[in-house]
Amino acid sequence: MNVASMLAAIILISLVLYSLLGGADFGAGFWDLMCFGKRRESQRELIAQAIHPVWEANHIWLILIVVLLFAGFSAVFSTFCLALAIPVYLMLLGIVLRGSSYVFRAYFTGSVHTQLYWGTVFSISSSLTPIILGIIIGAISGDPVIAHEGTSQNGFLATWLYPFPLAVGLLSLSLFGYLSACYLTVEAKEAALKDDFRNRALISGAVSVVAAVVTYILAGVSAQGIRLGLLNSPWARLTEVGAAISAIVAFRALWKRNFRVAQFAAAIQVTLILFGWGVSQYPYLIRPDLTISNSASPAPVISGLLIAIAVGALVLIPSLAALFRVFKADRKAISTGEFTPLF
Amino acid sequence: MQNLIMARSQMGTSLAFHIIFATIGVSLPLMMTIAEWRWRCTGDPTYLLLAKSWAKGTTILFAVGAVSGTVLSFELGLLWPRFMQYAGAVIGMPFSLEGFAFFTEAIFLGIYLYGWNRVKGWFHLLSGVIVAISGVLSAVFVTIANGWMNTPTGFDVVAGRIENIHPLIAMRNPAGIPEAVHMVLAAYTAAGFATAGIHAWLLLRRGRNRFDEVAIGIALSVGCFAVLLQGASGDALARMVAEKQPMKLASLEGQFKTESGAPLRIGGLPFPDERVTKYAIELPDGLSLLAFHRPNALIKGLDQEPRSVWPNVRAVHICFQIMVGCGSLLSLFAFGAAWLAWRRGPLTLHTGFLKALILVSPLGFVALEAGWMVTELGRQPWIIYHLLRTRDAVTSMPNVSITFGIMTALYVVLGIIVVWLVSRHVIAAPDTKQVERAEALV
Repeated sequence: MNVASMLAAIILISLVLYSLLGGADFGAGFWDLMCFGKRRESQRELIAQAIHPVWEANHIWLILIVVLLFAGFSAVFSTFCLALAIPVYLMLLGIVLRGSSYVFRAYFTGSVHTQLYWGTVFSISSSLTPIILGIIIGAISGDPVIAHEGTSQNGFLATWLYPFPLAVGLLSLSLFGYLSACYLTVEAKEAALKDDFRNRALISGAVSVVAAVVTYILAGVSAQGIRLGLLNSPWARLTEVGAAISAIVAFRALWKRNFRVAQFAAAIQVTLILFGWGVSQYPYLIRPDLTISNSASPAPVISGLLIAIAVGALVLIPSLAALFRVFKADRKAISTGEFTPLF
Repeated sequence: MQNLIMARSQMGTSLAFHIIFATIGVSLPLMMTIAEWRWRCTGDPTYLLLAKSWAKGTTILFAVGAVSGTVLSFELGLLWPRFMQYAGAVIGMPFSLEGFAFFTEAIFLGIYLYGWNRVKGWFHLLSGVIVAISGVLSAVFVTIANGWMNTPTGFDVVAGRIENIHPLIAMRNPAGIPEAVHMVLAAYTAAGFATAGIHAWLLLRRGRNRFDEVAIGIALSVGCFAVLLQGASGDALARMVAEKQPMKLASLEGQFKTESGAPLRIGGLPFPDERVTKYAIELPDGLSLLAFHRPNALIKGLDQEPRSVWPNVRAVHICFQIMVGCGSLLSLFAFGAAWLAWRRGPLTLHTGFLKALILVSPLGFVALEAGWMVTELGRQPWIIYHLLRTRDAVTSMPNVSITFGIMTALYVVLGIIVVWLVSRHVIAAPDTKQVERAEALV
């Protein structure tokens, strides 16, 4: 494996982590939109508490993906920023509105009406952003050339506004919603609340299976390349089988209210789906013309980046472990009131 | 042409907006950590209340800074795809390191903000320290990338293409570290004075109270230390510019003629058509002295290069004067405050001092914005100095005016909401009662 492929693999892993963590936060925002019934307020409360301390850190996986992409594969970054400018702008709008409305809602202590308004902005932008993220993934996997020699080939709409990317968009939203619902079954304390999210996980899981099938069929029209990859590459087949097994495990565990198992299996399932996409996309970054080797920065630059990533990971991994240990493991609260002299 | 102006306007608006939040993300964590450290040393609950209050402000501002920073990282490609294609490999390294530093900052900020009741005291304080350090590191890495655009190094140009790239040499570009130090000190100055000014205003409004007094103590110390160091940093940066970007220095100073013993101009208005700067107070040999530390050093004027590669001399000169003027005023204020504290005891007892503090408190941010205008406008028409023109880097996508309009409207709305939120819920709280009985809140 050459250095450029290693960097591409690291970007794919970052994308997986962004989906498992940041994606689930977007999914939680989608469920915020879908809260109903007599436990509506406690559902919203649970969602807010679950994402509160971690969403900011989870979001940064995306920034990491962007900087690694433009350092290692600058041609890819500038090509998709040009030809997919409109969905990228829409995604940015979604990210800005989601993040800011979330803090505005959390810190707004005035009228309930205004707070609800921020909540609506938060949940709508959380639901639209994953769709657009999926559309971008779909557009770079499709057959049409999106840009050539610094100019967009098919205008600025036709590069992404066709059935295949839209189907990938729906698939992403349903997967993020499914992941998030699985996580929330574990986060919830009361049994009734756990069941609310169990039902949502089962429904969104089923929707994601349908969306996956539709995506696969549409790929036959406008994404032949990646469809062939999914069919023929032995690694892709392995991930497909793995994803199917983990989906069955997750569904069974949800059905039996074995929520920890369901959470874990759902995360594995989404990971394998993304790896399957990555393996079938290989060696392309943007189909049909930009590959890892023809768009990579010179090897010494990429080796330097890999060293920087290794050093960064030495700091990042223990920090992330600390964050999740503090907020996601069951811990006894310590009172700030107890003043203990430091020195 | 229209597209170029719109793209520059959009980038400029995004940067001007983001830099305010980025600055606060760098400096407020230092102040809140100092406050918490004082609490852990003394047990005085006022410090704890202050740390929590500043942490609350940091949360709101950091979140907006994180999303506006995301927008900027994409805008590099959305607006300047040819710049990214050309330079991405060379300056990707500092951006990637910034990604990691920013990641660390966000993680420990999460622990700091929401972990008061979940982690041990020493670990909480350590989280604050890590947030403060990683905030500084992200600022340094990003500014180093900007430095590279001013003084590009670490590659060869072979037949119009960048070859033989050495990312580490690119990171050690001459402008990088001087600019980064200047930026970090500017962040401390701007946020220190602004925070001290807000608390001075509150102190006058709600009468003497320990909460605002200790807040002014911490914020003003940070601001004053930083602004006094900023003088030395500015000098180092100016000498670097004089050596590496003489045309930029010439437009900062409104120096049209090449001459030895060039004067230092205070104020004044450049007239590019007549090639003269009028109405300035001129200190003989001042510029030569400052730029090269020799009274008769030769200063290259704008006449060394054709008019087509001049930046907008008038705008650059005015912004530079604003930056230097604000910085000098704040330095004088810092000396005055030190003298007053030494001779007349606690500063917060003097109403006149508090009023003066409120008056000068926005100047740090004014200088910061003006300084970035100087850097960016002064580098024009180049996006990479003497290598790639801004007009050759701009996107081929039409109608940039639409995205410029949408992004500007978004930032205006966000700005209004943030100001309103911060004034209602961070500055106004805690009310007088809470401030007087801080123990009750702990």
